[in-house]
Amino acid sequence: MAEDPFVEEQELDFWGKSRMEGSTPGGSAEKPLSVGELTRMVRGLLEAGFPQVWVEGEISNLRSPSSGHAYFTLKDEKAVIQVVLFRSDAARLPIRLREGAAVVVRGRLTVFEARGQYQVVATDVQARGEGALLERLEALKKKLAAEGLFDAARKRRLPLFPERVGLVTSLKGAVIQDFLRILERRAPGLEILVRDVPVQGAQAAKAIAAAIRAFNDPPSVDVLVIARGGGSLEDLWPFNEELVARALADCRLPTVSAVGHETDFTIADLAADLRAPTPSAAAELIARDWSDWRGEVAQLARRAERAVARMLEISRERLVRVAGNPFFCEPSRMILRWQQMLDEQEEALDRSLRRALSLKRERWESLVRHWRAVRCEEQIRRLSERVGQWAARLASLSPESTLGRGYAIAFDDHGRILRAARSDLIGKEVRLRLASGRLDVCVLRLVAEETRAGEKADSENV
Amino acid sequence: MAKTETEKGPTFEEAFRNLQEIVSRMESGDLALEELLERYEEGMRLVKICSDKLSLAEQKISILAQGAAGGESTASEFRGGGADESAAH
Repeated sequence: MAEDPFVEEQELDFWGKSRMEGSTPGGSAEKPLSVGELTRMVRGLLEAGFPQVWVEGEISNLRSPSSGHAYFTLKDEKAVIQVVLFRSDAARLPIRLREGAAVVVRGRLTVFEARGQYQVVATDVQARGEGALLERLEALKKKLAAEGLFDAARKRRLPLFPERVGLVTSLKGAVIQDFLRILERRAPGLEILVRDVPVQGAQAAKAIAAAIRAFNDPPSVDVLVIARGGGSLEDLWPFNEELVARALADCRLPTVSAVGHETDFTIADLAADLRAPTPSAAAELIARDWSDWRGEVAQLARRAERAVARMLEISRERLVRVAGNPFFCEPSRMILRWQQMLDEQEEALDRSLRRALSLKRERWESLVRHWRAVRCEEQIRRLSERVGQWAARLASLSPESTLGRGYAIAFDDHGRILRAARSDLIGKEVRLRLASGRLDVCVLRLVAEETRAGEKADSENV
Repeated sequence: MAKTETEKGPTFEEAFRNLQEIVSRMESGDLALEELLERYEEGMRLVKICSDKLSLAEQKISILAQGAAGGESTASEFRGGGADESAAH
């Protein structure tokens, strides 16, 4: 502590302040301080001087009583300091406290007066070096998520029944033992192909990615598991590397990530098709217990047998019914009856065809007749009307009708109609045409206008 | 997976799904007796395939070593029992 110039300044200040008060508490044998007073003064000093500190060291003597608070000693090669972490802060911690872990504690200094012990009241504990790692992890997670590498749509379905399982892990770990034991119990006939890789350290990510790609090309297993036991964030780091995430995303085989404990989440967990909380859980997730399968297969076999039995039963019943049919008793009678029915049907068909045909023909003919009649009558009516008109007109123009009224027409000997009385006609013959018959008469004399009918009659008499 | 198992006939999963389908079809009741019996025989063949696979009792474990270039060298046998029990870190 004495090395810290800041602390020394505080100490000087304290003594300075006390001196200014005039009566130095505990400054003489006559006026001693009580232990409580001194401790309270020390506490005030420490709390004012160290409202917030970060201190790194290794956890030891960790105690977590039922109160939920956590107590431990932070130590390095030279010194130790007590740390207390109250329940509400302990619950918020991103890491699990464990003995021997190298951590950075943030908190304030205080004195636990009852013991005269100074201590750090921690508000946060991070694994040493984790801050930077966590930042990188978040950045990579964001980047890959933006690329859609973790999309649910990319996830492949695990096979119902894998026959060959690929495992990428370290042969040195306990992981493989648990994994194989569980599979041996659940799915004893599985073929398991293991690629031994380092699962921590600088070369791990590269080796893991290469192993994944080797399983994928050519696809040599039904499902691929990458597994590692628990460890610190730093230990698990290879499974947070982009290289591994990309190998998983590119892998066409269904992949399962089983890294660390239930509480550990890695980028590999997000990139794989399925995250198993632990390697042992992965073994259970990939293979259903074969005794269940045996049960299912047996049940299907039973169902098939029942289906056949039911069908046979139905067929037998049908046979019995059919055997009782009159056809089998007197087949010839049945055939005769059917023949008769057939003949009847045929006749009926013939009849109805004929009826339909004659009906059609009749209708057609009457239509034709009707049509013709309508056309002729109309024509005749119109023509005879016109004939009548013309006859009437003709009649009115005919000389016959004029003669009928008592007129006569006179012709000279050339047959020309006489319209004027001319002297040269005297002594000549003139022909008269009457309504009925003709007269040849001789012209006696020319009479001035107003000739009498009698004179005419005279001449007629000649 | 079909790709890796073609020379050995259907995979368990193929055989099982096929069997499920056949049994459902048989139970539908719209098969003629003869066809039903054909399906039954086919179904029993699949039951045998599935049962045979399920009766395998020996775990086959191969360790595929990786060369420096990521290439494969020979597979070696690995038995679970006596190997190193220490944790991976």
